Amino acid sequence: MGAETGLVMDADEMRRAITRIAHEILEKNKGAQNLALVGIMRRGAPIADRLADLIERVEGIRPLTGRLDIALYRDDYPERRPPVGRTEVPFDLSGKRIVLVDEVIYTGRTTNAAITALFDLGRPAAIQLAVLLDRGHRELPIRPDYVGKNVATSRGQYVDCRLAEIDGEDAVYILAEPPEPSGQEQPCATS
Amino acid sequence: MRDLLSIRETDTDQIHQVLQTAVGFNEILKRPVKKVPTLRGRSVITLFYESSTRTRTSFELAAKYMSADAVNIAVAQSSVSKGESLKDTLKTLEALTADCIVIRHPSSGAAHLAAQFTSVPVINAGDGRHEHPTQALLDALTIWQHKVVGAEDDTYPVALRPDKPFDLAHLTVAIVGDLAHSRVARSNAWCLSRLGATVRWAGPRTLLPAEAHQLPVTVCDDLESALTGADVVMVLRLQTERQESGLLPSLREYSRLWGVTHTSLRWAKPDVLVMHPGPMNRGVEISAEVADGVGGVRSTVEQQVTNGVAVRMACLYLLMGGSGE
Repeated sequence: MGAETGLVMDADEMRRAITRIAHEILEKNKGAQNLALVGIMRRGAPIADRLADLIERVEGIRPLTGRLDIALYRDDYPERRPPVGRTEVPFDLSGKRIVLVDEVIYTGRTTNAAITALFDLGRPAAIQLAVLLDRGHRELPIRPDYVGKNVATSRGQYVDCRLAEIDGEDAVYILAEPPEPSGQEQPCATS
Repeated sequence: MRDLLSIRETDTDQIHQVLQTAVGFNEILKRPVKKVPTLRGRSVITLFYESSTRTRTSFELAAKYMSADAVNIAVAQSSVSKGESLKDTLKTLEALTADCIVIRHPSSGAAHLAAQFTSVPVINAGDGRHEHPTQALLDALTIWQHKVVGAEDDTYPVALRPDKPFDLAHLTVAIVGDLAHSRVARSNAWCLSRLGATVRWAGPRTLLPAEAHQLPVTVCDDLESALTGADVVMVLRLQTERQESGLLPSLREYSRLWGVTHTSLRWAKPDVLVMHPGPMNRGVEISAEVADGVGGVRSTVEQQVTNGVAVRMACLYLLMGGSGE
């Protein structure tokens, strides 16, 4: 059985988790040299920006940041046809230590797609994974290097990660029903 | 969307969806490695009953950039030359396990007929004088990039930029030339008017279709009234055979009355955009100086071709994806 539904992380907890991850990234990589943070669209991107701010404050060096849209790399096409966003990695990845940033890790398929997408852009020296929430149920041999919080969920539940930049608040909820889309989520039509 | 046969039957939301998807694909075309694995293991067959360089190549590259296998059928060397019917050809392509069929045909309505014979998605790449939907979509994308997004980055998804919607309501587009034989003019009339633009048609009476009043366009009697205050001029190709068939007294006269030159562009807005679907007849419907962008003229001919690849990638992506979300 999964966790109770409701709030599992409030704004203070989220701030502390992201701060801790920033320090762990610096510790593991021995500083911010040659480091780049790449957020997986959409909610990984603001978390990557927050991590970059924190790292800059501590180290005095701002790591490079980018954002990755993985719609075209998903392995569940054609069952789902997600709207295509935009990848924005304005630097050469080759030789860089990349930290992929996502809000939630679940089956691991998104991460797998993101790794494939990164390799199409260059050959990084290393790829690590930072997530705000690990909800379990992995289907692939993928393990995050940095985790904000581990949460037990059942497969039928939904994790609604809300970020101030997109949703107007910082909080994570576990829901029994799919969350309402928010923050200008892809208004395009289906046919 | 199951097929893409005409813009007239495509609603505004679907037009938005294709354009929005195409904007994302523009970014891929700027990468050093222009390839994504999305359509791996799927096949696209281009079946062209008319000659074409840019449209066929554009579809083929679009398929290949998305990792699909693209096969072209040159009709002149195929069973069609032995008398095979359109129906049998399509049945054969379906049996060859095609996942998408792109068809160009000299007869209006051929793409609709083809779609009835097969359950595979069909994309109309131009049927007679009827429609050329992907051309209109790429033209709309080009106009949006210049007139709505402007100098800013044009590969940003609209979903993340609600301030830059695909809304051309403030724009006037003049389509000039051989309207009677132009599927590009018809598709653009529907597409641009759905996006809110005012569309003007202008051309010699002999090259104006009788049914023009049934289309969402304003017909102008001369080039000056069509170009006055226009934001965009779309110049159509004049097929030189038209003169031989008696529709035009001479190419020289046509060029003098209807040719888009620096002189005639003075009627339009100073920042007017000059478009041409290609191939161009320099010195006939468009002067060489305007085509080359001499004197600060904003000519988008090459950009249209690049956008064509992005739009066709978007169409393949949206049509080959089963039921979608």
